[in-house]
Amino acid sequence: MSETQTVKEPTPPAKESQGSQVIREIMAGNAVISVLAVVVALVIGGILIAVTDPRVTAAAGYFFADPAATLSAIWSSVSEAYGALWRGATYDPTARTWQGQLGIFETLTFATPLILSGLAVTLAFRAGLFNIGAQGQIILGATFAGAVGFGMHLPPAIHLPAVILAGAIGGAIWGGIAGFLKARTGAHEVIVTIMLNYIAISLVLYLLKNQLKDPNSTNPISPQMDGNAVFPLLLGPNFRVHAGLIVAILAVIGVAWLLNRSTLGFEYRAIGANPKAARTAGMLVSRGYITVMLISGALAGLAGVAQIAGTEKSLDSEIAGSIGFDAITVALLGRSKPWGTFFAALLFGAFKAGGTSMAVNADVSIDIVAVVQSLIVLFIAAPPLIRSIFRIKAARREGASA
Amino acid sequence: MEEPLKNHITGTFKRGATVGTVALGAMALLLTGCGQAPAPAGGGGSTSGNAAAANYLGCIVSDSGGFDDQSFNQSSYEGLKKTVADTGIKMKEAQSTTKADFEPNLNQMANAGCNLTFTVGFLLADATKKVATADPKLHFAIIDDNSIKLPNVKPIVYDTAQAAFLAGYTAASVSKTGKVGTFGGINIPTVTIFMDGFAEGVAYYNKQQSKNVQVLGWNVGTQQGLFANTFDIIQEGTKATNNLIGEGADVVMPVAGPLGKGAGDAILAANKGGKDVKLVWVDSDGYLTAPTYKSILLTSVIKTMGDAVETIVKDDLAGKYSATPYVGTLDNGGVAMAPFHDLDSAVSADTKSQLDTIKKGIIDGSIKVESKSSPK
Repeated sequence: MSETQTVKEPTPPAKESQGSQVIREIMAGNAVISVLAVVVALVIGGILIAVTDPRVTAAAGYFFADPAATLSAIWSSVSEAYGALWRGATYDPTARTWQGQLGIFETLTFATPLILSGLAVTLAFRAGLFNIGAQGQIILGATFAGAVGFGMHLPPAIHLPAVILAGAIGGAIWGGIAGFLKARTGAHEVIVTIMLNYIAISLVLYLLKNQLKDPNSTNPISPQMDGNAVFPLLLGPNFRVHAGLIVAILAVIGVAWLLNRSTLGFEYRAIGANPKAARTAGMLVSRGYITVMLISGALAGLAGVAQIAGTEKSLDSEIAGSIGFDAITVALLGRSKPWGTFFAALLFGAFKAGGTSMAVNADVSIDIVAVVQSLIVLFIAAPPLIRSIFRIKAARREGASA
Repeated sequence: MEEPLKNHITGTFKRGATVGTVALGAMALLLTGCGQAPAPAGGGGSTSGNAAAANYLGCIVSDSGGFDDQSFNQSSYEGLKKTVADTGIKMKEAQSTTKADFEPNLNQMANAGCNLTFTVGFLLADATKKVATADPKLHFAIIDDNSIKLPNVKPIVYDTAQAAFLAGYTAASVSKTGKVGTFGGINIPTVTIFMDGFAEGVAYYNKQQSKNVQVLGWNVGTQQGLFANTFDIIQEGTKATNNLIGEGADVVMPVAGPLGKGAGDAILAANKGGKDVKLVWVDSDGYLTAPTYKSILLTSVIKTMGDAVETIVKDDLAGKYSATPYVGTLDNGGVAMAPFHDLDSAVSADTKSQLDTIKKGIIDGSIKVESKSSPK
């Protein structure tokens, strides 16, 4: 079907529709493919763990004399590593204290900002935009939230909501810039958001050396958040899991409602499916781009709030860690669906919580977790990418022969 | 058409990648798989160390520099590895990539029941304090920080100014232009303590020898000077060094971790252009850790983290752990000035004997090296 179309219409498709085509194809896959991608990535990760384990390489040195030794070395190497990963992320009976045994709450702690920033990417995806700028939006959100959180002293009932609002505004501004430029000038959002990431990190460093610096510290680090400005801990002082998780779950429900039940969400999906058709149908595509990036940025800004008011309590240049980039993977793995993103973020939170346990208890570098995460992206993103590459080639060949 | 094609490509790609990786891994393993199987291990004979050591867990958590930073993370880590080899204790390690990793990593160490955990760098102070407070039975030792007052946290700090004093004296004695320079990464105490000692060593030389060698890049009185404002961007080290050379310095001491390489490159280039500039390395003996700059390396101001780590583990094993700060000095060998190696002939015999006298004077207290950043 598509071949006949390209023959009839030799003009190359606009860049915009090619990009949204990739998004559509990524979303077209079902949950089974996501699960398979994770499984295959874990298998390859297991091979890497085995190959880099000195016990396995030692046993492989006499493989032909005693093959069983190699196999059992591989088994113990991989099972120890993934066992530690699983226990660290869920329940670890070998930990010394009962608090330490319940790794599941660390998983939830790590997942909180990933849920919010993953939603940011998901929402923009659905409107056909690649928001690569979650990183910068998180930083701006955390900076705004921090300025309110440690720069002001407000009563308890007001301070935390003010911090949350400030963070959302900070992220929305940063996302909105990209949306505005896309709508008004056609500037590609991928490039704009990537550049805004760099500007955000330089901006926060500048502020941390000047206006936002802790006067008692020689390092570029902000003062501690006011006691009223932080998320309350959900399970007492023994666990880091905080009320930001509730905000994140509410955001999942909110985005699900927005996308599936509201007029605005219908517009976004229509724009994402085919911006030209949406325009023909009378939708304001440029307004859609701006508002979706505002909301997307606000969600990423909330992830920044979860960081600064939840776990970190003070602002530094590493406040966003790699969350903004992991968010892209989370959104891809979640097939750009709000609840899919939620579960993908839980999985990545588990990787993060379990990865530390794996590094400490099984002597496997935490880098293996990064490899597994990257492989997941590869397996999810590669088939449609390859397909679109093939189609371009096929179209050219046919065009040449015609 | 569309679905089958997609499935086909998806399938081929996945299968291809998986099979390829499996094959690669298997080949790597089997390439050398023709050796002899070892004889089944006999009972006993392997545990030569005492049982206490075998059950003792020494752990280490890096700051965001990682264990391969050619600086304090690395030397502490190597110190612990050496301790493992020497005493037969077990060890666990965790690298942090950002500040957010500190607390989870330390919690994992506590979960694993580490008897003693080394936390490297003042950046880990908050996390160390929190985890140590939560679990008073576990012992901790924090490197380069003296802010925690807890019975189960031992600060490990270095009076680096003492060794830098010797380096400053040496630098002043070899300077032909009458100007020596230094610059730092960031204006923080662990950096400026080097610069204080260096500048005071130069001042001491001027007083003793009635000379007027100037120090560029650092003012002890105002505690201000030349800073690259980074520990990451090596080119900033080149820039700062070029500035110092341009102003006439012919000995340069960079106190900025990896930026030392940038300084070395700048000096090598300047010397090609006819200058005669020398380099003073810090933290480790640059002759061993940065051999590229052997030909210009006058000396190094060393912090011997590894020895401190080993001493503290052994004390703890023997039940003699205390939270009294370990302060590395010239006296206990915690800080030292490295040999002159290839540039030995550049330092006169007179200077060498004077340096011996000064070292004795610092140890017995007759020569005072005072830095605002010195551990109290």
